[in-house]
Amino acid sequence: MGSVMQVVFDAASLGSLYALAALGIALIFGVMRLVNFAHGDVIAACVFVLLWPSVDAVAIVFAGNLPWFLLIPFVLAMGALLSVLSEIVVFRRFRNANPATMMIASFALGFVIRYFLLMLYSSRPKSISLLPELSQPVEILGARIPLLQVITIIVTIAVLFGLVAFLRRTRFGLEMRAAAENFTMARVLGVRANRVIMGAFALSGALAAAIALILGSQTGTANIVMGANVMLMAFIATVIGGMGSLAGAVIAGFALGAIAVVMQVILPPDARAFRDAFVYGAVILVLIFRPQGLLAARGTKERV
Amino acid sequence: MSLLTLANVTIRYGRLMAVRNVALSMAEGEILFITGPNGAGKSSLLRAIAGVTPPSGGRIDFADHDITGRAPEDIARLGLSMVPEGREVFGSLTIEENLMVGTGMHSRESGWKARAAEALEEIYVTFPILKDRRHSQAGLLSGGQQQMLVIGRALMTNPRLIAIDEPSLGLAPNITDQVYERLIALQASRKLTLLIVEQSSTRAMMVGGRMILMRGGEVVLDGDARKIGQSDAMQAAYFGYGDH
Repeated sequence: MGSVMQVVFDAASLGSLYALAALGIALIFGVMRLVNFAHGDVIAACVFVLLWPSVDAVAIVFAGNLPWFLLIPFVLAMGALLSVLSEIVVFRRFRNANPATMMIASFALGFVIRYFLLMLYSSRPKSISLLPELSQPVEILGARIPLLQVITIIVTIAVLFGLVAFLRRTRFGLEMRAAAENFTMARVLGVRANRVIMGAFALSGALAAAIALILGSQTGTANIVMGANVMLMAFIATVIGGMGSLAGAVIAGFALGAIAVVMQVILPPDARAFRDAFVYGAVILVLIFRPQGLLAARGTKERV
Repeated sequence: MSLLTLANVTIRYGRLMAVRNVALSMAEGEILFITGPNGAGKSSLLRAIAGVTPPSGGRIDFADHDITGRAPEDIARLGLSMVPEGREVFGSLTIEENLMVGTGMHSRESGWKARAAEALEEIYVTFPILKDRRHSQAGLLSGGQQQMLVIGRALMTNPRLIAIDEPSLGLAPNITDQVYERLIALQASRKLTLLIVEQSSTRAMMVGGRMILMRGGEVVLDGDARKIGQSDAMQAAYFGYGDH
């Protein structure tokens, strides 16, 4: 029983991470058809804003020493700010470019952020202790689960409910949903393009910051490439979820996390090194049978 | 005093000239039909007026503002609402949400919520079917209902001018009749200015009002719909004999 619960919690917390990241990508794709590959580097940058710039191996914690009720809003705000800035400085110029051009621009921006971090902090991973009180285990149904895992899952569920309420109940949410489905028509009805897009970037950046907090406390390190793996998985989740479908991205994110954790358990020990190959194999299978993704977004569906 | 004025408007897509030197002026409260065969540049002209694809040359004025090349949301906020070809409802949104999207442009004004609720009730009186199904997804509506929804959605922005592209497209004739009946009634009760694009001139002749005829990107005829309808020049414009 205890080991099964352990697997369930591992799967749910890894899936939460992927789901949050996939949401950040799907939100922006929904309103401007941009696959933002800089998202992973924004995640990394959000960890580094807690440190004072230095190339030493020992991290000089700066904002990371704030009490949690200031730390969390600070990181979320920094994520939103960085993301909105990337829109104003970079992506706004590519508003009418084709999706491939925008994607390449996002790669370029990702490299700029990464090398900027490299310049200020060096490429050496730094050990940090972020919210250390969260690494204590709690006992749930016979399994000893790190408190952080429980919090990750709870935070993800809260974020999802909050986002749904925001999209369904607020004027801004209505405008965002309309714009995600048919951007031009929304503008013809007076919806301000810049406002909606900046809102999507701000939300996406705040989600990246939430992931940064979780990853930072989970791994206890700050590494300039720490967002890359999550970004890759999240991108795959948005593709198999159906590009632009928020619900699809979340479901696929959780599914990918679950598959990865379950593979780790059921694969014979010799094959575990190739776990990711099996995960990607499952992705290929999904795409063979449902090339449009699990939940195809309406905006990208062929209109009859 | 004209509400909408076009001067030397030209629209190019690459090397293709879709609209060539069109000049046009509409008075407040007027009904104007733009008719002409496929590829005459009618839709291009409408899209340029609404700011969706800016013109390559010329100037467009609406309500004493130069709107040439302005963003669609700015033009909408001046009171020009376009209903594009193919209706373009937000299929995943409910009918009521579709209607509400365009009210946000007034959200800075005081008392806008009450006015929006009032406008919504008015739309529901005009189109009772929308009220019955207000919480269902707009994508599930029939073509005629979707046409009523997009007209209602445009009205919710409280516009001075509505520009509609092919409201009869894909609709059965009796449904088209219903759509036009309500449109004309709304025009009269609200002193709306209506700019309607239709491929066929039959509807213009039935409704009356002013009609222009486009062919090959140019305006070839401009006058009273019923008079033009009976002239030989119209036959020439559609079927291509004459001096072209």
